[in-house]
Amino acid sequence: MISTKAKVTDTRKLAEGIFGLTLSTKAAIEAKSGQFIMVNTKSEAHLLGRPISICDIDKENESLSIVWRNVGYGTKELSTLKEGEEVDIIGPLGNGFPTDEELIKGKSITLLGGGIGAPPLYALAKELSSKGVKPVVILGYRSESAGLFLKDEFERTADVIIATDDGSAGVKGTVIDALKEHDVKSDIIMACGPMPMLKGIKNYAQEKGIDAYISLEERMACGVGACLGCVVKTTHKDHHSQVNNARICTEGPVFEAKEVEI
Amino acid sequence: MNTQVDICGITLKNPVMNASGTFGSGMEYASMVDLNRLGAIVTKGVANKPWEGNPTPRVTETPSGMLNAIGLQNPGIDTFIERDLEFLKSYDTKVIVNVCGHSEDEYVEVVERLGDCDNVSMLEINVSCPNVHEGGIAFGTQPEALEKITKAVKKKARQKIIMKLSPNVTSIAEMAKAAESAGADAISLINTITGMKIDIRKRSFVLANRTGGLSGPAIRPVAVRMVYEASKAVKIPVIGMGGIATAEDAIEFMMAGASAVAVGMYNFHSPTAMTDVIDGIEKFMAENKIQNIQDIIGVV
Repeated sequence: MISTKAKVTDTRKLAEGIFGLTLSTKAAIEAKSGQFIMVNTKSEAHLLGRPISICDIDKENESLSIVWRNVGYGTKELSTLKEGEEVDIIGPLGNGFPTDEELIKGKSITLLGGGIGAPPLYALAKELSSKGVKPVVILGYRSESAGLFLKDEFERTADVIIATDDGSAGVKGTVIDALKEHDVKSDIIMACGPMPMLKGIKNYAQEKGIDAYISLEERMACGVGACLGCVVKTTHKDHHSQVNNARICTEGPVFEAKEVEI
Repeated sequence: MNTQVDICGITLKNPVMNASGTFGSGMEYASMVDLNRLGAIVTKGVANKPWEGNPTPRVTETPSGMLNAIGLQNPGIDTFIERDLEFLKSYDTKVIVNVCGHSEDEYVEVVERLGDCDNVSMLEINVSCPNVHEGGIAFGTQPEALEKITKAVKKKARQKIIMKLSPNVTSIAEMAKAAESAGADAISLINTITGMKIDIRKRSFVLANRTGGLSGPAIRPVAVRMVYEASKAVKIPVIGMGGIATAEDAIEFMMAGASAVAVGMYNFHSPTAMTDVIDGIEKFMAENKIQNIQDIIGVV
């Protein structure tokens, strides 16, 4: 991980309230899918970095792209950045999704992304496909009119199934409804999205006896494991904390679903 | 130019350290910050046994600051000695261990265990954490209770002891005097100020603990005032902290009477905050022809 200034090389609006940036930074060299960066605002009144997951990684050109939903001051400020401006970042942070050959080889892998949980799965889908394990990606959105952001990008690297809350595109319902309706064969599930969805996936994986890796989020201050703000209850004693708490920023954000109490 | 300061007989290469709880044990930041440059590293509070801390959410941003209610989660003294203190042995900086407990016995147990640890220069006794319901701040808001715990710890401590004071009191001068009269070698202040934030859409508290400790630049003027009052009231050294972000802030605390300073919440914003403060102090000394940093302590 490094603490550095990163130059904005591209900005984009993907849907209403959904924005993206490409950053030129050496943090890309070590980055893995499922990791995140802390991005500072320029405001002296808003001092905590914003944890934002990495959507795409270009190691050769040392650039990272991030995609977020505007929810508060920090994200709104980020969406006003222009090409050529610089931001302070720390990263890459966290463990990322597991993509070891021995784990994924010959397996059916399903990626589930709910809303703004989709972006971190993009770099993962590309990585899995490049390793010869083309995943099925199920993306959940509010509605077609609210924007099926990143759908086209995912379709270039994976088999994509869409679910929408109102049924305006794909399956009506959640990503889990779509998973069941299409009867997608999965040996391993990897997912990111809102907590109710992740709880549903944990239960589904338990019922079916399959492995599920879920990316969690929590309010955090440092992003590097120092403040102990962003812990999750764990099934077993965590090696670092010596209690049943793991740091989402450091031991996570990706956990095996059965290892965490959510 | 001499940036060395003396805290009760311990020489620090410069007056800049971190505030406990904002820098882990240094390990978490070692890839981004040259720990050898720091005057001291103050480790996150450690108890006799592992503590789970509070439920989440534990942190939230506030204007120019943050609220936290971690609840002193820590791995316990055994793991701390084996892992964290061992890690710090390879660095050329002074180590100050922050000690917490639910009871006098628990504080004393940790202090005794640390007695044999040669790379620990000082102990900072945390009697001012607002986020644990037993111990912690209970010892730090009444002068009599503060004297009692200070005496108990001092009796068993092999290292110099720093009592970390709470700002959540009526008279900080009275608390500083109580610590001094009970034998404290130094005091550090301020710990966080108790605060609260409400989510008006959910009609509930943002932090699971309801209240949390406020830190960051928002509290700086309160901290400067308290460091000034405390340092006027006692002869023992004062370590000043509360919202320090820049060298100018650090110098302000030293002019108010602090012999050394700690950067807290700002480490989260900028991991290089402490080394930037050290660079800035040197620049200020050069520009203002200050030969010895000790000459500015308490000049106001």
